[in-house]
Amino acid sequence: MNTAIIAALLLILLGIAYQTGCSRSRSLTLGGEARLHSRPVYHGALVAIWSLTPALLILALWALFGDTASRAYLLAQLPPETSSLAPADLDGAIRRIRQIESGFGIIGDAQPWENQAAEALREFRILTSAAIIAAAAGTGALALWFARSRISLRLRARNEVERMVSWAMIGCSIVAILTTAGIVASLLVEAIRFFTFVSPIDFFFGTVWNPGFSTTGHGSAGEYGLLPLLWGTLMVATIAILVALPIGLLTAIYLTQYASPRLRGFVKPIIEILAGIPTIVYGFFALVTVGPFLAGLGNLLGLDIRATSALTAGIVMGIMIIPFISSLSDDIIRQVPRAMRDGSLGLGATQSETIKRIILPAALPGIVGAFLLAVSRAIGETMIVVLAAGNSPYLRLNPGEPVSTVTVTIVNQLTGDTDFASPQSLVAFALGLTLFAMTLILNVAALYIVRRYREQYE
Amino acid sequence: MTENTRLEATEMNMPAATILARSDLYHMPSTTVRTPDAEPRSAKVIARNVSVFYGPKQALFDVSIDIPEKSVTAFIGPSGCGKSTFLRCLNRMNDTIDGCRVSGQIALDGSDIFAPSLDVVELRARVGMVFQKPNPFPKSIYENVAYGPRIHGLARSKADLDEIVASSLQKASLWNEVKDRLHEPGTGLSGGQQQRLCIARAIAVSPEVILMDEPCSALDPIATARIEELIDELKQNFTIVIVTHSMQQAARVSQRTAFFHLGNLVEEGPTDLIFTSPGEKRTQDYITGRFG
Ligand SMILES: Nc1ncnc2c1ncn2[C@@H]1O[C@H](COP(=O)(O)OP(=O)(O)OP(=O)(O)O)[C@@H](O)[C@H]1O
Ligand SMILES: [Mg+2]
Repeated sequence: MNTAIIAALLLILLGIAYQTGCSRSRSLTLGGEARLHSRPVYHGALVAIWSLTPALLILALWALFGDTASRAYLLAQLPPETSSLAPADLDGAIRRIRQIESGFGIIGDAQPWENQAAEALREFRILTSAAIIAAAAGTGALALWFARSRISLRLRARNEVERMVSWAMIGCSIVAILTTAGIVASLLVEAIRFFTFVSPIDFFFGTVWNPGFSTTGHGSAGEYGLLPLLWGTLMVATIAILVALPIGLLTAIYLTQYASPRLRGFVKPIIEILAGIPTIVYGFFALVTVGPFLAGLGNLLGLDIRATSALTAGIVMGIMIIPFISSLSDDIIRQVPRAMRDGSLGLGATQSETIKRIILPAALPGIVGAFLLAVSRAIGETMIVVLAAGNSPYLRLNPGEPVSTVTVTIVNQLTGDTDFASPQSLVAFALGLTLFAMTLILNVAALYIVRRYREQYE
Repeated sequence: MTENTRLEATEMNMPAATILARSDLYHMPSTTVRTPDAEPRSAKVIARNVSVFYGPKQALFDVSIDIPEKSVTAFIGPSGCGKSTFLRCLNRMNDTIDGCRVSGQIALDGSDIFAPSLDVVELRARVGMVFQKPNPFPKSIYENVAYGPRIHGLARSKADLDEIVASSLQKASLWNEVKDRLHEPGTGLSGGQQQRLCIARAIAVSPEVILMDEPCSALDPIATARIEELIDELKQNFTIVIVTHSMQQAARVSQRTAFFHLGNLVEEGPTDLIFTSPGEKRTQDYITGRFG
């Protein structure tokens, strides 16, 4: 309710400020030959920004500190006997009072003193929110008046607006960067906690994965060797790439170089549908169709292939990645200038010679980039492997045997009862960090390669 | 003989009958104004009633022309009149454009280039092309020139290939500028050098005909002059067709000129005649800059 009112007020303020800026600046030019430095829309935008910013600042401050303020007020309202309560009980009491005040989720009967406090809280809340709204509106109006008085023919409103827009964009990218940094930091902190239980050497070079159960206490029960998981991850990813790269790349070449526009318009969307299938559905497909089929095929050939194995997961993951590789390569091949192709064909090269000697070399950096992105995608893929890889963390060479991967193990360690003080759960962060480092390295390599060769045909 | 045919041109010192016997061109019902050369050469390329359609739209209407051997033929005309389109017909580069359809006959040395038995790859090796915008491959200068000989297996050894690359670059008068940096990327050259590199690349497969689509449009006057000199030398050995927007250039380098307008071949004849006394009002207007 309050939020809706505030939003409406802000919108009204915005509209008024914008209109004021526009009409005020326009009125300056009515006299005759006088020319504005910036067009009226910029003056409008500038006034709007000026008047909205202080109002938003006040609201933001209230959102940050309002809770603390109301809590302090409540504590002052509580009867003296509550001061002897333990902090946890005090928190409970405050929570109850707030629930009573808002009318949601009250358990049991309210005590009279609780009702009193809730009543006081309600008054406090109504008063403060009125005050805040008034303050926001007041400063908004004041700022509007100030910004309006600044309008003049020479005011460089356009430049100021541009500068503010660029600050806003910097702010947005800082949010993205901070989020990433925060994720990395939390991974790092928890992983370091894990390494107080298990030495990094045992983790990174251990060949046995057998973490035991968290109920067995806080000691480093079990063994945490990363290698079987890493091996499983690499095996599944390699199989996936072996499936996806040739199919995806040849599809892209066919669609860009040989297919008629009609066929292309028909085939491309169908391939892209593959990319839209949820990975869990690929998981079913692996489990129900591909696994048994491979097992049957293995029987025929005299090979021992399990229904859930690295091979099953890898092949299905490869199918999942095909559209990824094909549409990325498609775009990249398309970017090779037509003049290159014509130049080669004009010299009497055949289509396939042109592709092999001119188009693919020119597109290679981009294709390598696409390939590395696909690999990092394969390494991070979870659902297919959970269902179809067999979840068996042992070092095995045969791709027909079940394996387990880093992602699957993270899922295993974090499902069910988790106690974030035990190595059994904390190991998930060390695994996550490993995974993150791997994909990061791959992405950086991809970016580097793409950037290094980009200007080749410009 | 059609009314438009101007066989009574004064410069002729060959009996009209001889000329007529050499080509059926002058028997054809056509709106094109034609003047044969005083000393006709044998025709390298013969085009008859060539029409080109881009999808439903017709871009070229019944163009018939003979392109004489070992000389320079210039195509002029306002933008969009179909010069490039016709040029691309001659080595079937139009095949690579989606939705483009060509009808009519074109013969190279008397054999039909649309015949099913003809290998388009071989045709393009015989009829080379230099594009309007220099388009060197993103490879080294050496590799750019060696590209054609490599795919056609023209060189038996590395020394052979070196020889072809060097002589092509020399013929394109680029050798002195690049002989010390053959293994640097061709895209690092200046625009004029790139265009000469593209000419060298086309020469390297020793084509019989070289098609040039506005080869100087991106070049400064000095580079243009060098390319014109080059064209003048190349015509000793090659048949050259050049599209140009510069009347002066057409007048300087070509022996015959063909004027296109709105997809029609309006007039063709000896260059000096076209520029001094054109037989068609439209040609005159275009040459004197009244439109286009
Ligand atoms: N790929 C294409 N698809 C569709 N129409 C085309 C295509 N290429 C050319 N055309 C059309 O064919 C006509 C002739 O084009 P062309 O490129 O042959 O003109 P031009 O004489 O070379 O012009 P310019 O001097 O500007 O290069 C134009 O109307 C053009 O719009
Ligand atoms: Mg053109």
